[in-house]
Amino acid sequence: MLLKRKFISGLTITALLLVFYAAQAIEIIIDKGVENPIQVAIVPFGWSQTATLPPLDLAAVVTSDLARSGRFAPMQEQDLPQRPTRYQQINFKDWRLLGMENLVIGQLKLTERGDYDVEFRLIDVYKGEQIAGFRIPSSEIQLRRTAHRISDIIFEKLIGIRGAFDTRIAYIKVMKLKNQTKRFILQSADTDGFNPQILLESSEPLMSPAWSPDGKSIAYVSFENRNSAVYVQNILTGNRVKVAAHPGINSAPAWSPDGTRLALTLSKDGNPEIYLLHLASRTLQRITTNRAIDTEPSWFHNGDKIAFTSDRGGSPQIYEVSVTGGQPQRLTFDGTYNARPRYSPDGKSMALIHGKNGFYHIALLDLQSGYLTVLTQTRLDESPSFAPNGSMIMYATSVYKGSELAAVSTDGRVHQRLAFQDGEVREPAWGPFPSP
Amino acid sequence: MIKRLLLIILASSLLAACSATGKKDEGATVEQRNIPGQTDDAAASSSAQAYGTGFDAATSMLALDDPQSPLSVRIIYFDYDSSTVLPQFRNAIEAHAAFLVANPNVILSMEGHADERGSREYNLALGERRAITVKRQMLLLGASASQTRTISYGEERPVEEGHDEYVWSQNRRVELIY
Repeated sequence: MLLKRKFISGLTITALLLVFYAAQAIEIIIDKGVENPIQVAIVPFGWSQTATLPPLDLAAVVTSDLARSGRFAPMQEQDLPQRPTRYQQINFKDWRLLGMENLVIGQLKLTERGDYDVEFRLIDVYKGEQIAGFRIPSSEIQLRRTAHRISDIIFEKLIGIRGAFDTRIAYIKVMKLKNQTKRFILQSADTDGFNPQILLESSEPLMSPAWSPDGKSIAYVSFENRNSAVYVQNILTGNRVKVAAHPGINSAPAWSPDGTRLALTLSKDGNPEIYLLHLASRTLQRITTNRAIDTEPSWFHNGDKIAFTSDRGGSPQIYEVSVTGGQPQRLTFDGTYNARPRYSPDGKSMALIHGKNGFYHIALLDLQSGYLTVLTQTRLDESPSFAPNGSMIMYATSVYKGSELAAVSTDGRVHQRLAFQDGEVREPAWGPFPSP
Repeated sequence: MIKRLLLIILASSLLAACSATGKKDEGATVEQRNIPGQTDDAAASSSAQAYGTGFDAATSMLALDDPQSPLSVRIIYFDYDSSTVLPQFRNAIEAHAAFLVANPNVILSMEGHADERGSREYNLALGERRAITVKRQMLLLGASASQTRTISYGEERPVEEGHDEYVWSQNRRVELIY
C-alpha cells in the first residue's frame, strides 16, 4: 500500500525538471524528478595547466550524472557565487545565503608521467565539514570514468545507496539502411551513452543481451545462421562461442549469479522449456516440463530459484521454480499479461511487463506482499533491466519511429529518457558494478 | 520467385546426386535432406524431371505462381496471442499440404512471426507455436515431416512498421516459403 500511495503522490506533483544534455549520440531528458531533490553545487575543477584547456570538464560530467538520477538539483554554473578549487578558498557565508547544502570542489593535475591526478572534496556547507575527499589517479582515457566514480561517491554519501554511474549498459541498435534492409548492432556504452563500443553487427536479428556477473562477457541471441542461437562473447577480446544452437528456438540467456551456468529457453524437445546450461561441461539440465510456453528465465540473487514466463494457465504469467526442479509456483494474478520477469538485486521485488487494456507497462511486483505497482505510463514498454544498485529500471519504450530507452526509479518518482539520435534502440541490459 | 524455383530444382538435383546419406545443410533456406523411405531410384527419377527435361517439374511448380490457386496464399494470419488457425485459411493449408504430397521433393519452410506487443522472448516462442500449428496441420493432411521446416523470428522481422491494429494484424503471421 505504501508503494502505491507514494506512486500516486508522485503523479500529482507537476515539478517538471528538464535537463537537456547533448552527448555523443544521445540526449537524456529528465521527465520527472523527486519532490525535494538534494541541493548540490559542483564547481568547475581547477586545472594545473592554465595555458591549455583541461582534457575533460569533470564537473560537467558529475553535474549531468547527478541531474540524470532525478534525485539531485545541481546548481547551474552561471549561478555559482564563487569558484573555489581548494577548501581554504570556500566562502561558506556566500553558499549558506543561497541555501546551498552541498558543495563539490576539485582539481585536475597533469603529472610528470603525463597522467592525471583528480582530487575532489564533498563538503557539507552548513556544518562546514568535509563529507568525503579522494584523490584518484587517472590516465586521459579513464577521466570520464573517474568523473562517474566521483558521482558514485557523492550519490552514496548523500543518498545512502551505492551509486551506479560507473557501470555499462548493453543494448540492441537497429539501423535502417537505404535499400530497406536493416543492420542489427549489439553495443555497450556508459550509462550516459558515452564511449559506445560495437560488439557485433549482423544483417540478421540480434536479441536478449545478458551480462555475465563479472561484467566480462555478454550472452545474446543471434539469427545469423537463419535460426536463433545463443552465443557468449568476451567483451575485451571479441572472441565468441556458440553455446546453444539446437533445432527450434534458442533464446533468453540469463547468467547464474556465480557465472557458471546459463538459464535459457530451448524448444528442441518440442516446445519452449527452461534449461540450465553448465558452461564448463556444456551439459544441459531441464528445469520445466509443460506443454505451454516457458521462457524468459531470471535468477534469484542467491542462485536457488528462477522466475519465468509461462502461459500454462492460459495467459502469460510469472512463475517461480527451484533450480533443482519441482512444481513451479505462480507469482502474478493481476491481469491477463505479465511477462519478462527480472528479480531486483536484493530479491525483494521483481520488474516485469504488465499488459492491460492494450497497454504494456513496466511494473514492480513486491514479492512479500504480492502487490503490483505500475511504474510507467507509456504505451508499449518492454525489457526491464535493474541497475545493479536496484534504484532504477531501464527499459525500452516505443516511439513514433521505433523504440528508444528510458529509465524509471523503483519508487516510480524519477523518469528519464535516453534518446539516441540515430537508429532504433531496444533491449537494454544494465551491467554489474565494476569489479574492484 | 523464379530464383527460388531454380534453387529448389537445383536442390532436388543435388539431392539425387548425393548418396542415400545426404547431409542436412543447416542454415540454408532450402534444406537438402534425404527423405526417409525414399529409394535412390525415386530420387533419381524426380531429379530427371527437374534437371533432365526441366519441364514437368516447372509446370507443377508453376501452380505456386497461379494467382487463382489457393496456393497463392502464402501468409497465414493470426489473432492476438493466439496460434489457432482461422477458418479462412483452411483452404490454403489444405492446398499446400496437397502440393507437398504431390511433390515429395519440395520443402516448405514455415516462418512464424508475432506483433510487437509484450515481451520479445515470449513472442519468439509464440511465433514458433504458430509455425508448428501450421506444420502439424500439413502433416495431418499427409505431408512428410522431412518436407517441412519451422523457424520463428518472433517480433524481430515485422513486415509492417508502426504501432497500430492494422500493422499488428499484418505482423502476426506464418509465412509459407518454398
